Amino acid sequence: MLMVRPGGWHSLRPIVAGWGIPVALKAVAQGILAAAILVGAMQGIRADTQPLNVAIGYLTEALPEPAPLSLVEVVATDKGLAGIKLAIEDNQTTGRFLHQTYELKQASVPAGGDLKAGLDDLISQGAKLIIADLTADRLLQLADLPEAKDVLIFNIRAEDDRLRISDCRPNVFNVAPSYAMKADALAQYLAVKKWTRWVLISGKNDPDKAFAAAMERAGKRFGGKIVEERVYAFDAGSRRSDTGQQQVNKQMIDLTQRLPDYDVLVVSDESEVFGEYLPYRLWDPRPVVGTQGLVPTAWHRSQEQWGGMQLQHRFELQSHRWMLERDYSGWVAARAIGESVTRTGKADPADMHQYMVSDAFTLGAFKGQGLSFRKWDQQLRQPIVLASPLMLVSVSPQEGFLHQRTPLDTLGYDEPESSCHLNQ
Amino acid sequence: MKPSAYPAIGLVIIAALGFSCVEAQAYTAYVSNEKGNSITIVDLDKMAVTGTVPVGERPRGITLSHDKKQLFICTSDADHIEVLDLETLKVVNILPSGPDPELFTLSPDGSRLYVANEDNNMVTVLDVKQGVVASEIPVGTEPEGMGVSPDGKLLVNTSETTSMAHFIDTANNQLIDSVLVDTRPRFAQFTPDGKEVWVSSEVGGTVAVIDAASRKILQKISFAVPGIRKETIQPVGIAITNDGKTAFVALGPANRIAVIDVASRSVEKYLLVGQRVWELAFTPDEKFLVSANGESNDISVIDVAERKVVKSITVGELPWGVAIR
Repeated sequence: MLMVRPGGWHSLRPIVAGWGIPVALKAVAQGILAAAILVGAMQGIRADTQPLNVAIGYLTEALPEPAPLSLVEVVATDKGLAGIKLAIEDNQTTGRFLHQTYELKQASVPAGGDLKAGLDDLISQGAKLIIADLTADRLLQLADLPEAKDVLIFNIRAEDDRLRISDCRPNVFNVAPSYAMKADALAQYLAVKKWTRWVLISGKNDPDKAFAAAMERAGKRFGGKIVEERVYAFDAGSRRSDTGQQQVNKQMIDLTQRLPDYDVLVVSDESEVFGEYLPYRLWDPRPVVGTQGLVPTAWHRSQEQWGGMQLQHRFELQSHRWMLERDYSGWVAARAIGESVTRTGKADPADMHQYMVSDAFTLGAFKGQGLSFRKWDQQLRQPIVLASPLMLVSVSPQEGFLHQRTPLDTLGYDEPESSCHLNQ
Repeated sequence: MKPSAYPAIGLVIIAALGFSCVEAQAYTAYVSNEKGNSITIVDLDKMAVTGTVPVGERPRGITLSHDKKQLFICTSDADHIEVLDLETLKVVNILPSGPDPELFTLSPDGSRLYVANEDNNMVTVLDVKQGVVASEIPVGTEPEGMGVSPDGKLLVNTSETTSMAHFIDTANNQLIDSVLVDTRPRFAQFTPDGKEVWVSSEVGGTVAVIDAASRKILQKISFAVPGIRKETIQPVGIAITNDGKTAFVALGPANRIAVIDVASRSVEKYLLVGQRVWELAFTPDEKFLVSANGESNDISVIDVAERKVVKSITVGELPWGVAIR
């Protein structure tokens, strides 16, 4: 089932129907539309703004990403990029009134390929604002290139906590939430529910271990007790098999037998190889939370609060699929750039850096409050959605978790816990 | 009891009689319930709900026709505007509106509805009599607030993601200016003299007072409620008294309405109302102000002169807009 508001896909029909009309006619119609928009733009622009073209770069590495275990989930080949494209459209709409235009420049390097070549390519096309869809190690390699000294890099993928506590870089803004932010968001909710006895099962890959470590830390902060920890060391098979479910059932029972009393099973399977098999297959009747089951995420297809449906709907019209978490981070990164340009009239990396870490920067991003960047680690502050597969369940920070600066800073590493001291 | 108390009692009786005279033409509030897919009818004399009318999906902005016999309803997810006859309480007409109509305003002469289409970055101009789209005006991303000047010559639309107030000349439906305001502008309201436009910014937490002639921001009004977190103060609905002296601004999840002295643009009082207060409307005599409180499924009735909340009335699910006749 698609979760578009009723009538959502219906409004696609005129467009689809439009594909049937002769191309020439369509071109004429588009021409009229473009002219209408142009006239509107020319009528409405402020006379006091200078024309400005902003090139936004997108840099990624062609890494194979496993398809989701569930056949119900979409397999997206443009995760992240699709969100950036939508934000650039949104920026263009605003730019029409201010003499400002936006362009997307893309570069992709092969797995293990030369990031410098990718960056050089983008810089040669005028893009000094780079949205990076890279893992942590590669992100740091990029940020540390001499050529990257005067560019701004927006991390929309790497959630590793070290990028926020020890490996910060002045030229990197972390748009993606960190593992710690997500773990804290989940732990606050579990604390509110008084589901405080956790069993933690994690996969054997590094990202699995990283989120598991974040959950351990969150447990200490918010009163969750890990009563037992197990590692699932099974090698993942293919997504499909004709008789697989019997075997899966047996494996999950084996994995969850003989546990002490507990309230929830916390799974850390960032690699998405077994977590989705856990719900309803445990030895004990317990809910599953973590990377599967009830998940903490920057965005979810069921997020309709605070005008969220508008973003979901625009995205679906553009991409014909759900907006995934990385798409949202891509959208936020490109919108943060657009917001800075709108407010300051400047697109130079140094000016933008200064504005983004200032108190003046506030981004509306369908989270019920303005988003901003933490000065010390340049991490985006944002509420984290907690969602079941089909429904938004809650949004953290939970009521009552307070912080002297903003409740949003109860999520993730706080300033005194980080050795990053940027913008001091 | 001292003899002097008697005249006072007499006054109370006279006042009560006077009140019952008004009862014959009691004011009625219509409240759109965004999630309930209905309009709740509230008798403001009895302060009680007298009926609920099911309408199309996701009713949000509502406004009365010029003759006050009909209610226009933005049924957002039905992608059209429904016209509710207030005598028969039946939907008698459906007007085209463009996709996802959220909020609209009626021209002072009653001939045109200006509709914000959240989905396609357009303001649709609707000829009410003919029931046809007269014009479409491209604006910023997610058009929302709509305000028209008292003389009907100037239309202001706000766009949420673009964060601008767009000024449109209604003579030729051309955009004449766009003013950058704080993040996520939701509502635009002209002062009765037509000289100022007040624009609320939900995420920015301010109300921009814009000079209608020069389109310069004269002042940004900000809010501070003791004990309430800054980020929960989210200005949305605005209502200004006909004498142009007092403005009321709904502050969303801060659950407060700010009372503002228009001349000095200073906040004089915060009134505690229901949760996530959204739109506001006066009774025609301006004795009462009614607020739609989304999260608590009720409306608050405020005595305008006393600046006091006098009643909360439960309505449907997620009340959004209010209109009173």
